[in-house]
Amino acid sequence: MSRAIRGRIFSPDITDKVAILLLWASAAITVFILVSIIGMIVYRGIGVIDISFLLDSPRMSGAEGGIFPAIVGTLCLVAVAILTAGPIGVGAAVYLTEYAPDNVVTRIITFGVECLAGIPSIVIGLFGYAFLVVYLGFGFSILSGGLALMFMILPWTVRASEEAIKTVPGGLKDGSLALGATKWQTIRQVVLPSALPGITTGFILGIGKAIGETAVIMYTAGSSLLLPESIFEPVRALPYHLYILASEGISDEMAYGSAAVLLGMVLLINFIAVAIQRYYQTRSGLRH
Amino acid sequence: MIRQTRERIIEALLFASAVTAVVIVLLIMVFLFKEGAPFLLKFGIHAFCLGMEWNPIAMDGEPSYGIFPMIVGSVYIAAGSLVLAVPLGISCAIFLVEIAPPWAAAIIRRGIELLVGIPSVVLGFFGLVLLVPLIRDSFGGFGFSILAGSIILAIMALPHIISISADAITAVPETYKQASLALGATRWHTIRNVILPAARSGIVAAVILGMGNSIGETMAVLMVTGNSPILPEPLYDVLDPVRTMTANIVIEMNYAAPGDHRQALFATGIVLFVMVAILNAISHRALKSRMGEGR
Repeated sequence: MSRAIRGRIFSPDITDKVAILLLWASAAITVFILVSIIGMIVYRGIGVIDISFLLDSPRMSGAEGGIFPAIVGTLCLVAVAILTAGPIGVGAAVYLTEYAPDNVVTRIITFGVECLAGIPSIVIGLFGYAFLVVYLGFGFSILSGGLALMFMILPWTVRASEEAIKTVPGGLKDGSLALGATKWQTIRQVVLPSALPGITTGFILGIGKAIGETAVIMYTAGSSLLLPESIFEPVRALPYHLYILASEGISDEMAYGSAAVLLGMVLLINFIAVAIQRYYQTRSGLRH
Repeated sequence: MIRQTRERIIEALLFASAVTAVVIVLLIMVFLFKEGAPFLLKFGIHAFCLGMEWNPIAMDGEPSYGIFPMIVGSVYIAAGSLVLAVPLGISCAIFLVEIAPPWAAAIIRRGIELLVGIPSVVLGFFGLVLLVPLIRDSFGGFGFSILAGSIILAIMALPHIISISADAITAVPETYKQASLALGATRWHTIRNVILPAARSGIVAAVILGMGNSIGETMAVLMVTGNSPILPEPLYDVLDPVRTMTANIVIEMNYAAPGDHRQALFATGIVLFVMVAILNAISHRALKSRMGEGR
């Protein structure tokens, strides 16, 4: 009813103008939210960051000193995660796109990947604690935390690799097979190289996801502030360090600095992914 | 011959990587239920899910393990986040697909990518230092509240809602739009009466998926909701603190002694897992039925 009344008061032209204006406003709000978050963290954190902040160990539970062990911890965890999730993800994607017959098993696999992607990170963390830390006896360690992170990013590496492989033109494959190459030779020498940019981008975005993840590693990687000497030792990742600094009110200043470093790492990763995509897009654009 | 064997071995290896995800999902279920189910059966699913009192370390008397206030907390905050994020997200998606000039579309797309990338703990920190004091100063209360949690979760849900809705809107056949415009409808009338109804099922799927993601989110809500395991009083008071199921696990795993208390946290994980799985299944089905319509 209100629609009819409004229709009479305002001409369709005016309603249209107002509606379009509101749509512009909603887009502006979204961008504003993003800019204010990044802006605030960078503005308050940038003053804290210097060489000693990045390269010193924390003192007094993080109230002073730097965040070097946390940065190292994060990098170790992410390395374990991507080195395991990467090959498994590509393998799974190759199987699903090139080998999988259309049957129940394939559907279960696809469903499993979907399911894993939907599991809340804290549930993966709990599982990591029960399975990796306690049952397999890995303890709180880089290995436990890294593998738990792998469980989380695996579905993304599978999907990204699948997408990338699907875009490889069928003609390339047929050409290789026609020349007498086996299926695997074709995949390794033709399909995977052409899918490489997409796969790499997927991996990098997976790394970005793993860097910021906290709930998964809290009860798997431990919270030691010492530098690790092997993957069987515990570490405290940067996001967990930030959480502790902020929630226990240890130091606002250090928390801003850590947040800015974390954000910087994630944004850097994101830019690299986009740059790789662009580079290959323009290159393939020139070729055609 | 050697060639064939090699091909076979490689296929087997690829198959093994493909089933890894399934194996992990099964292991997660096995371990979650192994740790949590005995407690659930002993204490009673009913008493656990609908119990009003959470007091695992009772100084005197029996400890009690009721997570109903936390289920309410999780659903409350997730629903609140959708109330904020859905209108904004859908408008943004419409703008992106139908209105935006290329430069503006490029900014939005880039913005969405960046917003997805911001770690939840950074968003939680942002909420802690900006939103919580802001709410405390302007509305009173502690600041740590349902409102703060909903706003932060809305920011997290926004990019997902925008991109799935935008996909749904893009999938609406161009001819529908042209027919409507040719009949003299304005752009807004076309959007409202033609495009949105046609994209509805995809948008609904996006919303349900957003709900599942929001219920499962941990760090950001943990840092801004105050974490008191009781129902808000009165129930509609969005300035009251609550505790979500995810926060319950994170906070108490730290000191929960092995035994009932720790198992109760795994049981909380089971309830969370089941709720999110149901929401994901519904969303999946909604997306699938949309694909079916298209053909």
